[in-house]
Amino acid sequence: MSNLLNVSPSPHTHAKDSTQKLMLDVVLALVPAFIASVFYFGMGAIIVTVTSVVSCVLFEYLIQKLVLKKPLSINDGSALVTGMLLAFNLPSNIPVSIIIIGSFVSIAVAKMTFGGLGSNPFNPALVGRVFMLISFPVQMTSWPVPMGFATGYTDAVTGATPLSIIKEGIKNGESLTKLLGDIPSPAQMFLGEMGGSMGEVAAAALLLGFVYLLIRKVITWHIPVAVVGSIVIFTSVLWMSNPEENATPMFHVLAGGVLLGAIFMATDYVTSPMVPKAMIIYGCGIGIITVLIRVFGAYPEGVSFAILIMNAFVPLMNTYIKPKRFGEEVKNG
Amino acid sequence: MLKTFPAGGVHPPENKLTANIPIEYLPVPESVTIPVSQHIGAPAVPVVNKGDTVKAGQLIAAGKGFVTANIHSSVSGKVSRIDTIIDGTGFKQTSIAIDVEGDEWIETIDRSKDILKEIKLTPEEITKRCLESGIVGLGGATFPSHVKLSVPTGKKCDILIINGVECEPYLTSDHRLMLERGEELLTGITILMKALKVEKAMVGIENNKPDALSHLTKLVSGFKGISVIPLKVKYPQGAEKQLIKALINREVPSGRLPLEVGAVVHNVGTAFAVYEAVQKNKPLFERVVTVTGKSLTKPGNYVVRTGTPIRKLIEAAGGMPGDTGKIVNGGPMMGKAVNNIDVPVVKGMSGVILFPEKESSRQVVQPCIRCAKCVSACALNLEPYLLMTLSEKGMFERAEAERITDCMECGSCSYTCPAGRPLLDYIRLGKSTVIRMARERNLK
Amino acid sequence: MSSTVILTIISLSVLALVAAVILYFVAQKFKVIEDPRIDEIQEALPAANCGGCGFAGCRNFAEALVKAETFEGLNCPVGGAPVMAEAAKILGKEAPVTEPQVAVLLCNGTPDQRPSTSKYDGPQDCRITNNLYIGESDCSYGCLGNGDCVRACTFDAMYMDQVTNLPVISDEKCVACGACVKACPRNIIELRKKAKKDRKIYVACSNCDKGGPARKACKVACIGCNKCFKVCEFGAITIENNLAYIDAAKCTFCRKCVTECPTNAIIELNFPPRKPKVEVKEEVVNV
Repeated sequence: MSNLLNVSPSPHTHAKDSTQKLMLDVVLALVPAFIASVFYFGMGAIIVTVTSVVSCVLFEYLIQKLVLKKPLSINDGSALVTGMLLAFNLPSNIPVSIIIIGSFVSIAVAKMTFGGLGSNPFNPALVGRVFMLISFPVQMTSWPVPMGFATGYTDAVTGATPLSIIKEGIKNGESLTKLLGDIPSPAQMFLGEMGGSMGEVAAAALLLGFVYLLIRKVITWHIPVAVVGSIVIFTSVLWMSNPEENATPMFHVLAGGVLLGAIFMATDYVTSPMVPKAMIIYGCGIGIITVLIRVFGAYPEGVSFAILIMNAFVPLMNTYIKPKRFGEEVKNG
Repeated sequence: MLKTFPAGGVHPPENKLTANIPIEYLPVPESVTIPVSQHIGAPAVPVVNKGDTVKAGQLIAAGKGFVTANIHSSVSGKVSRIDTIIDGTGFKQTSIAIDVEGDEWIETIDRSKDILKEIKLTPEEITKRCLESGIVGLGGATFPSHVKLSVPTGKKCDILIINGVECEPYLTSDHRLMLERGEELLTGITILMKALKVEKAMVGIENNKPDALSHLTKLVSGFKGISVIPLKVKYPQGAEKQLIKALINREVPSGRLPLEVGAVVHNVGTAFAVYEAVQKNKPLFERVVTVTGKSLTKPGNYVVRTGTPIRKLIEAAGGMPGDTGKIVNGGPMMGKAVNNIDVPVVKGMSGVILFPEKESSRQVVQPCIRCAKCVSACALNLEPYLLMTLSEKGMFERAEAERITDCMECGSCSYTCPAGRPLLDYIRLGKSTVIRMARERNLK
Repeated sequence: MSSTVILTIISLSVLALVAAVILYFVAQKFKVIEDPRIDEIQEALPAANCGGCGFAGCRNFAEALVKAETFEGLNCPVGGAPVMAEAAKILGKEAPVTEPQVAVLLCNGTPDQRPSTSKYDGPQDCRITNNLYIGESDCSYGCLGNGDCVRACTFDAMYMDQVTNLPVISDEKCVACGACVKACPRNIIELRKKAKKDRKIYVACSNCDKGGPARKACKVACIGCNKCFKVCEFGAITIENNLAYIDAAKCTFCRKCVTECPTNAIIELNFPPRKPKVEVKEEVVNV
C-alpha cells in the first residue's frame, strides 16, 4: 500500500548545512587567494593548483574504488579542499611529478590509511607538504619571484623570501634596520608582492576568505585569533627586548604562512579541537611553536611543523578539556 | 539587548503559518477514544464500564498514587469499549472509547463566558482543584501540575515563571491563547502565584510574537506582581532551564529541578487550564491544537476535545494533502511522528504538523567530520558527537561521566549536524541505558 | 680491530649483562604465582573469547573452572562436550552433560504475511526502533528486521534475508553463545535444544495480543486459540497471555500441532515432506 507515513525519531527538520556545502564554502573562501596567486605567479600557479586538485581527487577515487571497495565519497569535496590547500603551500615552480607524489602522501597516507574523512589525526595537506619539503628540499625551497604571467613555470626566476632574508641576515649578524631595506614593504607584503608559497603571499586575499568563512559560520574566530594573537604577543616580547635582532610582530604575521595556516590549515575540522577553550590553547601552542622554530630553529618557516605538532595533542585536549556543563555543581552537593 | 540563554541554540525557520488565524472550536466528533495515560506518571485506572452513560467533564479514569492525573470525559455519550489503541507516542495503551450523544456537560461546570478574576480558593484548595481536574503541563511534557505546586519541605519558591515562548517552529496555540484569552490567562497566573505563595511572576515571550507581547504588557497593569519579558528568538528558549537562565540568570544544577533555584515554570496553556479549573470548575478535557503544514489549504488553531482522532483535525484543515509524507504530533524538533491518523488528541498534543514527502526523509548519514557544530549548538554544553560514539560503542560508564543524562533531547545537535548523523537517536539510547544502569546500581 | 670497536663491544656486552641480571631479579621478585593448570585449560579452550560461557574471555573461564568445586552451571557452548571433558580430565572433576542448543527466532512475520503500516526512516538499529514505536507493522512484538542480532553474532552464523526481512540462523555455525538473545530488544530469540538432523518445531510467534488484533497485524500470528494445546498428547504446549509455547524437552516431534494450527504459526523444519492424502476424483462423463 502506498501512502504509508514516514516514521523516524525527532527532530523532523534539518538545517541546510551539509558536509558538501561546508567544503564548497572553504573553496570559495580560497578563491581570492587563488586569484592573487595567479596574479603574482602566473601560469605556474594554475598548473600547480590544477595538478594538485586533480591528483588528490583521483587518488581518493582510485583508493576507494579499487583498494577499499567502499562507497565513493569524493563528492563530499574534502579531497578537493585538500588539493587546493596543498597547492597553496607549494612554490609555483614545483614540477608536476613532485606534486603528484605529495598528493599521494596527503590522501593515501595521511587520510585514507586512518579510515578516510574524519579519522585522520594529522592535517593531510600539511603531511604531504612536509613530506615534500624533506624529500625534495631543493625544489621545495626555491621560491619564484612574483612577476605575474612573466614568472614562467619550472623555469621561473627564484629569489629569497622575506623570512629567509631576515633569518639568514640575523644569523650573519646584520642589523635589522639594514635588512628591512632588502625586504618588501609592509604594504607590499599585505597585498602579496613577495616571494613565498602560492597561497601564503596575499594577506589581503586570505583575510577576505577569513571574513567569508566567519559570515558563513564555517569556522569560529577562536583558532585564527589565538594563532595570530600568540604570535603577535611572543614576537612583541622578543622585538621589544631586542629590536635589532628580532623582526617586528607585523612582519612575522605578514611574512610566511601564518595567515594561511591560521585561517585555513589550523582550522581544519578533523584535526582541530572540538571545544572553544581547547581551540584557544591549540592556537596559542601553534603560535608559540611557530615563533620558536622561526627564531631559534633551523628552518625560516615553522607554521607547518607547529600545526602538525599541535595536531598530535588534539586527542588529549579533546579528552581532558571539557566545556563547563550547564548547571555544573561548583561544590559537591 | 534582548535576554537569552548564553550557550548553544539553533535557529530553525519559524514557519508560523497559523500565527494570525484566530482560534476556532472544532465540532464534537462522532466518537472519541480517550487514553488513560496522557501524562507523566502512573496511568489512570478506568472507573466506568462498557455501556455507561457519561457527560463531558465526568471523571472516567482515576489517577493512582501521587505523580498521576485524573482523566475526564470530553464528550457526553455512551462508553462503547475499553481496549488498547496505538496512541500519539507510537505505543499501545488502554483507552476508553465513547460514542458521542449530544454535548451535555456535568452541572458543576460554569459555562458562562464571564471572566472571573476574584480568587476564592485557598492555596491548598487550588492545588487540590488542580489534582481533581486532571491538570497537567500543556507545553508537551504533561507533568502533573499539582505535583509542581506542592513545594516539598526544605525547598523554597520565590518566583513563578510562565512559559509563553513557544520556540518550536510551526506551533502557534500558545500565541493565540495569549492574544485571545489574555485576561483569563493572567488570572490563571495569579491563581498559580497564590497556590505557590509567591509575589512575583514573569511571563517570557519570544520576540517573534510582538502582538502578544504588547497585548499582555497592556493587560498586566491590571494584575499585581506579573511582568512580561521579551526574549531573543532562539531554539530551545522554551526549555525550562534555558528559560530560567535567560529570565532570572539562575542555573538549575545538573540532575535537579527548577525548585532548586527557587523557581517553578508553567506553560501558558496550563495557566489557562488552571483558570478554567479553579474559576469555572472545568476539568481539563479540551485544548488548543495547531493544525499546520505547508500543503494544507486551511491550517488553523482549534479547540479540540481530548480523544478526537487527528483525522478530524486534518479534515477541518482542508483534508490530507496528496503529498503528505509524515505527520508529527508536536513540534518538528521534539515531536513524535505518528503512523496513522486515528491517534487521539491528548492533553499534551500542542500541534499536528503535516510534512510534504520531500521534507519527510532524513539526510544520508556521512562520517563525522569533527566540525564541532553540535558542540556549539548544545544549550547544555554537552558534546553530542562524543555521546553518540560512546553510546554506539556501548561505553556507558564513560557516557554517564560525560553527563549524558543531562541531555534534554531538544534535537539541536541532530538538526545542525552537516554530516546528517543521527546524534540524538544514539544519545537517547545511551541515556535510557545509563538511567537503567543507575537504577540497578541504586537497588543493590 | 681498532680500539673503538673493541671498546664498543665490551661496553655493550657489559650493559647487556647488567640488564639481564637486573631483569632476572625483578622477574623473581614480582613473580605471579599462578596455577599452571589454568594455562593447560586455556590451551584446551577454543580461544573464541565470545563470552558465551558468561565470563569475559577464555582465560577468565579457565580461572573459574580451576577455582570451582564442581562444573555445575559451567559450560563452554562453543567447544561443547569434548572441551568440557578435556578440562574435566585436567582437573580431575566430573564434566556435566550438556545438550547442544541452537538459536531460534520466534517470529515468522514476513512482509507478505505481516503488512507494513508505516515506513521507518531512522537508524538501522532495533533498539532505537523499539524505543521509538511499535514498528513498521501493527505487531508490537515481532522482529524489527534491523539486524542487531546479526551484528552481535561473532561466529558468522546469521545473516538478514532481504526478502523476508528476518534473520536467518545457520544450524552448522551457531554455537548458542547467546549473544543474539541478549542483543534482541524484543527478546524474541531463544536458545532451543538441538534435535537430530537439525529438526525443529516451534511456535514462530511472540505476539501476546488477543486473537483478533494479533491476526489483523499478522496472518501467521498465534491467536491463542488453544487448538495445539488440546491436540498435544505429551503436554509439551503451554498457553500464556494468548501465546502458545512448545517445550523442546517434552516435544516428541509428532507434528500434530503443526497441522492443527489454523494460522500456520507453528513451524516444522528439516522434516521429510508429508505424504499427501490420496483422493480419488470421479469424473462425471456426460454421454
